[in-house]
Amino acid sequence: MVDAAALATPAAAAPAASSLSVSDLHAWYGESHVLHGMAFEVPKGQVVTLLGRNGAGKTTTLRSIMGVMNKRKGSIRFEGRETIKLPSRAIARAGIGYCPEERGIFASLSVEENLMLPPVVRPGGMSRDTIFELFPNLKERLSSGGTKMSGGEQQMLAIARILRSGASLLLLDEPTEGLAPVIVQQIGRTISRLKAEGYTIVLVEQNFRFAATLADRHYVVEGGRVVDTFLNADLQSNIDKLHAYLGV
Amino acid sequence: MHTFLGIPTQVLFGQLTLGLINGAFYALLSLGLAVIFGLLNIVNFSHGALYMMGAFAGYILLQVFGVNYWGALVLAPLIVGAFGIVIERTMMARLYRLDPIYGLLLTFGLALIIQGLFRNSYGVSGLPYAAPPIFRAPLQLGFMVLPAYRAWVIVASLVVCLATWFTIEKTSLGATLRAATENPVMVSAFGINVPRLVTLTYGFGVALAALAGVLAAPIYSVNPNMGADIIIVVFAVVVIGGMGSILGSVITGFALGLCEGLTKVVYPQASSTVIFVIMIAVLMVKPNGLFGRAA
Repeated sequence: MVDAAALATPAAAAPAASSLSVSDLHAWYGESHVLHGMAFEVPKGQVVTLLGRNGAGKTTTLRSIMGVMNKRKGSIRFEGRETIKLPSRAIARAGIGYCPEERGIFASLSVEENLMLPPVVRPGGMSRDTIFELFPNLKERLSSGGTKMSGGEQQMLAIARILRSGASLLLLDEPTEGLAPVIVQQIGRTISRLKAEGYTIVLVEQNFRFAATLADRHYVVEGGRVVDTFLNADLQSNIDKLHAYLGV
Repeated sequence: MHTFLGIPTQVLFGQLTLGLINGAFYALLSLGLAVIFGLLNIVNFSHGALYMMGAFAGYILLQVFGVNYWGALVLAPLIVGAFGIVIERTMMARLYRLDPIYGLLLTFGLALIIQGLFRNSYGVSGLPYAAPPIFRAPLQLGFMVLPAYRAWVIVASLVVCLATWFTIEKTSLGATLRAATENPVMVSAFGINVPRLVTLTYGFGVALAALAGVLAAPIYSVNPNMGADIIIVVFAVVVIGGMGSILGSVITGFALGLCEGLTKVVYPQASSTVIFVIMIAVLMVKPNGLFGRAA
């Protein structure tokens, strides 16, 4: 009976078990209504991208999932549990790690303090040794000030510190923005490795060529909602449509 | 008699020691203000009243409950700190999203109410609080005689200030606190309970004020206006040191106490205004204070 009831829910009806399931999500900055019914699924263990122009609502979507938007409505289910009404700290403790677009590195903390700041919320997080193996530069710079490092190193720190906590879903907001190609490649390799280790990742990107090397599925965001979606395998056949959406 | 620049050394050292003692209180109080301002972004105008409450808590603990000085040194900060936590949870927590002026009005109003209540019950003439017997014998330093209790106040204040600085700058709890000061939203998004951190920080800042109150009780008499008298100077110290700077508030507190003492020797008429003159000079050259970061 329990199984039958579970099967009736939309999440269970999806082809793979969903890590994250967003539906009819609305969000506001003050009076300004910016998300108009966002809806998408993120299957467990997959990398999903939100593509779209500036101002489409991609960052706001991640902020809403993380609970840092004050005014939001609709449904955000993480591992089957409704989180729309939870405060940000409870959402983090449920097992979602957030790497914001501005990276959120603390200037008044050293690299090590930044790395160790997020509390471990669930077992199964990466050890310090594994993190240093992934990001050897960080080990060299542990005592420097968090914002004294290069942009690329700060980006790696911002990703590294959410790996310790045991989060299973990572929200990465434009991790390659403004970085040199060699750093972009390194971050790409890191994300592939994280995917191989079983992390589920929502990636916000403007650079769909970068996204195409990593993602399983793409959602195109426009005007605060998802207007199209395709599997990465179908990217080439949709390339003209995508160019039109992104205006590139 | 020995003299230094025409000033008898006894007088010079006497005033400098007095300055150092005042400085110890400036440091403890401005440290609490800095800790509170850093995380809560509230200028705690009730800080002086809470310092006075600390002194009264010590007095009442002794008179009514027979708790001695050492007991009061532990209990008074806990009691007054708990009072601060209640104030933060029930009143201040409602103001964080509003203009900072509301926090200022609330804490200023609270200060007036607390002072009024104590004035009503205890009058304005000071109540005596004897220093513990262990400090009866003065210290013979050779160049001067130093009352032992005053030496204790300077040492205790220094230790508490340094311990606070160490906790904030060098421990993981302190790192969380600094991070929450810088970007509370991001810290919440890591799963840390920022409102609880804010409450405990306020409680700690208030406890520091109460501790200063107990330390002050045997030196200045215990009276309802003691906080109002000192707090204006402490605000000047905070402004000179730089709002929210921990080490800045400690160093500035002691240094300005010394300046005040020195002025009493050289030009006594200016001793009560010298700190404000320094404040104006510092603000003209460094608007963020000596140790303050640019806003």
